[in-house]
Amino acid sequence: MSQTQQFATFHLAGLFLGVDVLKVQEVIRYQTMTRVPIAPSMIEGLINLRGQIITAIDLRRRFELPDRPEGQLPMNVVIRADDGAVSFLVDEIGDVVEIDDESYESVPETLTGTARELICGVYKLSDRLLLILDTERASNLPAAYSRPTVKN
Amino acid sequence: MDEILKEFLIESHENLDRLERDLVNLEKDPHDSETLGSIFRTIHTLKGSSGFLGFGKLEAVAHVGENLLSKMRDGLLVINPQIAGALLSTVDAVRTMLAEIEATGSPAERDYSELIALLAQLKDGPSDSPAPAAVAAAPAPEIASEPAPAVDPVVEASAPAPVDPPSAPVLAEVPQEPPAASLPPTPTPTPISAPTPPPAAAPAAPAVAASAAPATPPAAPTADAHEPRGSAASESSIRVDVSLLDKLVNLVGELVLARNQVLQFTTQHADSAFLATSQRLNLITTELQGSVMKTRMQPIGNIWNKLPRVVRDLASMCGKEVRLDMEGKDTELDKTIIEAIKDPLTHIVRNSVDHGIESPEGRAERSKPREGCLKMRAYHEGGQVNIEISDDGGGIHIERVKQKAVSRGLITSEHSARMTDHEAFHLIFMPGFSTAEKVTNVSGRGVGMDVVKTNIEKIGGTVDIHSQFGVGTTLKIKIPLTLAIIPALIVTSGGEQFAIPQVSLLELVRLEGAQTKQIELIHGAPVYRLRGKLLPLVYLNRELKLHDAPEVALRGEIHIVVVQADGYPFGLVVDEINDTQEIVVKPLGKQLKGVTCFAGATIMGDGHVALILDVLGLAQRASIVSEIHDRNNLHEAAHTRKADDQRQTLLLFGSGKGSRLAIPLSTVARLEEFPRSAMEYSGGQAVIRYRGQILPLVRVADYLPDNGHTPEDDADTMQVVVYSEKNRSVGLIVGNIDDIVNESITVKRHAYGNGILGSVVIQDRVTDLLDIQTILRSVDPTPKPGSAAA
Repeated sequence: MSQTQQFATFHLAGLFLGVDVLKVQEVIRYQTMTRVPIAPSMIEGLINLRGQIITAIDLRRRFELPDRPEGQLPMNVVIRADDGAVSFLVDEIGDVVEIDDESYESVPETLTGTARELICGVYKLSDRLLLILDTERASNLPAAYSRPTVKN
Repeated sequence: MDEILKEFLIESHENLDRLERDLVNLEKDPHDSETLGSIFRTIHTLKGSSGFLGFGKLEAVAHVGENLLSKMRDGLLVINPQIAGALLSTVDAVRTMLAEIEATGSPAERDYSELIALLAQLKDGPSDSPAPAAVAAAPAPEIASEPAPAVDPVVEASAPAPVDPPSAPVLAEVPQEPPAASLPPTPTPTPISAPTPPPAAAPAAPAVAASAAPATPPAAPTADAHEPRGSAASESSIRVDVSLLDKLVNLVGELVLARNQVLQFTTQHADSAFLATSQRLNLITTELQGSVMKTRMQPIGNIWNKLPRVVRDLASMCGKEVRLDMEGKDTELDKTIIEAIKDPLTHIVRNSVDHGIESPEGRAERSKPREGCLKMRAYHEGGQVNIEISDDGGGIHIERVKQKAVSRGLITSEHSARMTDHEAFHLIFMPGFSTAEKVTNVSGRGVGMDVVKTNIEKIGGTVDIHSQFGVGTTLKIKIPLTLAIIPALIVTSGGEQFAIPQVSLLELVRLEGAQTKQIELIHGAPVYRLRGKLLPLVYLNRELKLHDAPEVALRGEIHIVVVQADGYPFGLVVDEINDTQEIVVKPLGKQLKGVTCFAGATIMGDGHVALILDVLGLAQRASIVSEIHDRNNLHEAAHTRKADDQRQTLLLFGSGKGSRLAIPLSTVARLEEFPRSAMEYSGGQAVIRYRGQILPLVRVADYLPDNGHTPEDDADTMQVVVYSEKNRSVGLIVGNIDDIVNESITVKRHAYGNGILGSVVIQDRVTDLLDIQTILRSVDPTPKPGSAAA
């Protein structure tokens, strides 16, 4: 008898991504944000989630994908983390899917670059592949940004 | 862990803290029977509880300590440094055991027989010699006349009665005190060596505590509110988990935000019932906020209590005599802040004793009292807490500090020559700096003051140091009351709102119309002359790469927020100044930790998130801090009168019969106009009440050769140049203020009179340079503490 797991899924520029449903605190529509000047560009801003201040990270920028077309508002996927919550901005929210553990496979070696770093596994669905997002890594800044204060 | 055991540990730690404090106090005042009683009771309680819980070793140590104390309490022994040392070691031993119990559940196998033997020997010591001085000095009670005189029975009494909670016997003793047990001053040499046979245990117990029992309830300090001893105290306080308090504070923070949002709505509604309700909500929230914040407040005395022991141990180790004075123990601070300043404070105190205060001989040579004085003072000021630690020791030798810094490669020798005293003092906060000639056990390892500074800055505080060689050193720490909710100024720049913590705020300046042209550029760096001093400016929108708001430029006004970073002021140019608000500080996510310009974020009344500016980070980013260092040095160089051929900014004024005088503008604090009627006299000196101080007035004409009646004496108003140096001020009455010039001056003719340095030619006129120092000395306006205008 095999185990199953539930994933919340979302779309990001053609990628079909999922995170463990238990890690998701909530999904909310786009909120007005407070921009953080001189912060790395992937940090879209800060949102006020019922009194809690949450950093919103644009996953497209985190994945080094092209920006969202003008006028298309992203969605917030708020993820619980050890040190507070963080919000990922994605293009569109999918369903919560229940998947058999047997369809899991590790990331193929041919996947390189940022995506390789942020995806921790693949589930083979009947019609497509679900990529599992490493939320911990995705919420950290890439090493190059660890000192973001670039002087002009 | 076992609930009872946990209670025991918490209580014992508290008891030990008090024990330590009491012991040090007792050493100062050996005949304070109240303190002695308190010590005795504490150790007794400890012994009882440890016996009850089966910690035999702990009980044994406490037992010998108690035996020694009982002799002292009976007046057979008087505390001396040896006894105090032994008792303090007992405290340490108990503390070690408690730590072991906490970690492993039982005390480790350790041999305390040496300590026990020492205590026993001390106890027996004086009683062996007939009529020892100690006994004579302390009046012995009439032991023989007492029905239950000896203390030893009590020792046994509490041990075999383990059913009661440890403190219960003491509680029971308070009401029924046999009056005879208090020490009557009848120096009857009693046969002390004869051990009294233990009578019935029960009647003995009351007698033990009774000697000091009458004073117990009032003597119980507020900090010991948890003690089950004071009858009222135990009922009026409970122990609460700190994490619960943290949660409460957070929730109140949320409530404050929700309240702010509700209040914003009230402006759009006219429903009077709604308005009244929201007003009530407002009031209640404010009150709740205050009360909840108070629950986290602790008197600074809680951490100061440890210091007498530190000072005592250290002083005896260094062979010094140090008295510790504390003022403002009740000053309250947030618990997190208390925790954060604990180590820095201890460090500063150790430093002061080790490096600051000289040896008794050294002090005698300088004709100071042999006993050094370390003074700690805490007080509230403007929503902040100030802590001052001053010693009357040797002070800081500036040249030696500079030399050391140069030899350590921290600064260049050229830099050191240009340094002001104040800057030189701050060198001791640099990492890797220590002036101690030799490394001692105590300090001098080259770590320390920089850590002190970083720790205090971490909680948003500042450290300042003043010292006079040979006279003493004062360290002043300013820290916020609380970290959770702070007052802040809200500004707008580039269309975004930012909060600037009030702590770093100095003043606000608004330039409009032609004044906006007064912003000058030094090689592209904007500066503004604020009262004659150059204030470097930082445009917030440029620094943060925000969009320029074009309409702001058109409005023709410039808002400068003068802030202070690391003791250096600079101007932050913003688009708009909104208002001041109490803001709830929220930390930023880890992704933003690298962005040093922001200290956190807060939620505004409309639910919008605003960033809190970190002024120090911003200054570093804009290179303000290092820049100002250089600028101040240059400025200071210009200040020295030796350099005759220097460009100086001078204030020109007329006085007397057409004389023209000048003083460097940098020394001028303000220009004022007073009605002549405001002038008063104090001890023959003309003075005026000015900003809560008494400002001595000096008629400049008096320093001119022809000092008869002048036209300015007839005018209804006096033109006064307020001169300030450090904390001395003097007002110079002049005829008229002429101009401010930036001139390269060459003294043409040297001094001809007291109060005049020499003459120069400025703008084709002969101008006398006023010698402010001489004038200052002549009035000696050193402000005494509390010289505020009555």
